[in-house]
Amino acid sequence: MKTEWRLRLKEQRGVLLAAALFVAMFTLYIAKHPAGLTVNVANTAANKGVLLALVAMAQTIPVLTSGLDLSVGMVLVLTNCLASTIVVGSPIEVALGIVAVLGAGVLCGAVNAAVVVYGRIQPIIATLATSSIYYGIALALRPAPGGDVATGFADALTGSVTGGIPASLLLLLGVVVVIWLPYRRSVLGRAAYAIGSAEQGAYMSGVPIDRAKFLAYALAGLLSAIAGLLLTCITYSGEASAALGGSYTLTAIAAVVVGGTSLFGGSGSAIGSIFGAFVLRTIGDLLFVFDMDALWQPLFLGAVLLAAISLGSFRLLGVRNRLELYR
Amino acid sequence: MTAGAGVPLFRMEGVSKHYGGVRALEDARFHCLGGRIHAILGENGAGKSTLIKVMAGVVQPDSGTLHMADRPVTFRSPSAAAAAGIACVFQELSLLPDLTVADNIAISDPPRRFGLIDRRAQRRIAEAALARVGAEDIHPLIPVRDLPLSRRQMVEIAKALARNPRILILDEATSALAAAEVEKVFSTLRQLRREGMAIVYISHRMHEIAAIADDCTVYRNGRYVGTFPAGSKTDAEIVEMIIGREYRNVFPPKPETPPGGVPALRVRDLSWSNQLNSISLDIRPGEVVGLGGLDGQGQRELLLALFGVLDGVAGTVEVAGKRVALTSPTAAKSRGVAMALIPEDRKTEGLMLAMSVRENLSFAALGRFARFGMIDRRAEAAAVDEMLALLKIRCDDPGQPVAALSGGNQQKVVIGKWLLTQPEVILLNDPTRGIDVGTKQELYQLLRRLAERGAAILFYSTDYDELIGCCDRVLVLYDGAVARTLEGAEITERNLVAAAFNLGTLAGAPGAAEASL
Repeated sequence: MKTEWRLRLKEQRGVLLAAALFVAMFTLYIAKHPAGLTVNVANTAANKGVLLALVAMAQTIPVLTSGLDLSVGMVLVLTNCLASTIVVGSPIEVALGIVAVLGAGVLCGAVNAAVVVYGRIQPIIATLATSSIYYGIALALRPAPGGDVATGFADALTGSVTGGIPASLLLLLGVVVVIWLPYRRSVLGRAAYAIGSAEQGAYMSGVPIDRAKFLAYALAGLLSAIAGLLLTCITYSGEASAALGGSYTLTAIAAVVVGGTSLFGGSGSAIGSIFGAFVLRTIGDLLFVFDMDALWQPLFLGAVLLAAISLGSFRLLGVRNRLELYR
Repeated sequence: MTAGAGVPLFRMEGVSKHYGGVRALEDARFHCLGGRIHAILGENGAGKSTLIKVMAGVVQPDSGTLHMADRPVTFRSPSAAAAAGIACVFQELSLLPDLTVADNIAISDPPRRFGLIDRRAQRRIAEAALARVGAEDIHPLIPVRDLPLSRRQMVEIAKALARNPRILILDEATSALAAAEVEKVFSTLRQLRREGMAIVYISHRMHEIAAIADDCTVYRNGRYVGTFPAGSKTDAEIVEMIIGREYRNVFPPKPETPPGGVPALRVRDLSWSNQLNSISLDIRPGEVVGLGGLDGQGQRELLLALFGVLDGVAGTVEVAGKRVALTSPTAAKSRGVAMALIPEDRKTEGLMLAMSVRENLSFAALGRFARFGMIDRRAEAAAVDEMLALLKIRCDDPGQPVAALSGGNQQKVVIGKWLLTQPEVILLNDPTRGIDVGTKQELYQLLRRLAERGAAILFYSTDYDELIGCCDRVLVLYDGAVARTLEGAEITERNLVAAAFNLGTLAGAPGAAEASL
């Protein structure tokens, strides 16, 4: 029984470490915050955190297959521009608009998947190319910042529900329960881990490799589109910003790593990436409450990122067979 | 024909397969019956691997027909063959290292409830499959990455059985296993045979085939040579069928008088972690010393420790009378120490598979061909050509990727790479694993030649025949310590087994040995 728990704990170690780091940082933030944990403070933190968390979850799934999706940020930008155009009007129009935005995200993911799976092009270069295409479409949709979004919907998604719980957190919870947990326990989800672990072994075991990869990129598109929708609701507008897209793509990769997912694929979890995203977002807040200039933020972000990743490397200090360092 | 005992469960005829200009199979045939264990014999490159890959749907034949119980079939993918009831335990492990043992065992067809994987049912399946191969001690939740090679192999076999196949193919499935584990696998196979399964068994270990097979089929150069009931031919006759020429003694003669002089390698009280306990040994120049014992008793760790791979090793090591510090493989291969380690896993530790034969051969000795950091290509090519000729490495062009070579030739490249460094102390970690009889024979002779030139050789093998045939002395390890040293005529299978199980000194009393075993 002891082995049992040890093994289960070991499996979740990355997630637990990221969660502990976040709790420590967030507690410090709230303790130093002049207003304490008010509804407003919680809401702002949640909206920012959930936005990055969704993109990080999107990135996690291709990474598990030992791929990478450099287009998650641009899908976020594209769906933001799209949502700022079509998620307006009567409730039915809004509902159709939401479906269309999510559909667009899935379509972007499917295009990535098709290039990677059937074109047999390396994911990093395939998604670099498609990300540029998605940005181009976003620019065409919205050459200048602007647009609008149904206010009622936006406020519902970014406000708080009874008890002061931020609605965006519930959205994230919903995404975890409806998308991630079933995926993790599905055959194609298992296949994603198998592919990342040893693709040839997976093939020899009769794992449905192509379908699993396809789903991985399609899901990445869907999750990015949910993030795009949330972004629109936070800003009430759309903007085809290359800087925003690029920054979200890279920060999401950082969040994935802080969350304990291996960039080599095969191990990790989207739950870890959520906490990874929260950790990275709390850094900026901490600088604020400690009265540091916002100019310091990139430097601190980098320092915390390095420190967090080093945490994951502590086990290497215990390695006494040096061959294991090079695995 | 109606289905019955006489109808082969599986039959293939006229199967050919070419890779580019290379003929892997030519008009090959094969059949196997339910309730029989059928051994496939042949050198590497004889077509065995291609044959079973065709059976398992990994490779599509250029021509020929496949039948299952007299119905024609075609397998477009491994999953199609699996669906037809063919399960394969491959020589190259098909396990997924980051996934748990249970995940791995159930990966081909996980049990589902409401469309999602049912982890409890999966766990039960995994536990049952592990129990079936006598490996209940493996915890189903351990990631496969954390298991040693031999245990992984047991998981691999359990995984194949979990599919409840009608035909089970084992391709060198026992090559990573020690004798005790092989025996467990054998009793499982005998049980499966009683249940009516057809088992196809590939191994380079002749005594294993003698112990378990009912029928044997021999291939040579991609062609079918013949099928015969096991036990109807002598070993020499079988080997003759396999290599197509007359079989001479596999092992070169050992020198009469043991060499003297200052030990080339002197180890005192070497300890590491809890896996090596105060090991002392001396190897004189010209000596071939074997490491025996059950798998996982510290043999691999001893070799890694000597080569500077392990951290925190206690004890002293002297090379040619001078004390040396074991800090890294770079230090171990440096001038003055001149050690070489032929690693266990040639694909990951021995070779850069995508790089050329030439680049692989010159890697370890690159310093010798470099001036001011630039590689002298002409000197490199000359040395490489010399090594290709010396080891009779068969390749079209030294510029081709080493991945394109057969297993035996790849292993020769690993050895050649280290010979180029002109080592004085050569450590070998199970170098003949998965290598054909012909190449093995060349390797034994090479070892002896190197010893005659003054090299000190420490040689770990899981094959008792090799230890008996090659070594002047054998250190049998048990629980990280030297349980017994066997010398000269003492090196017999009986003594090796007895010492491996740490049964004490039984040499003089064979009856006592039997009683204790």
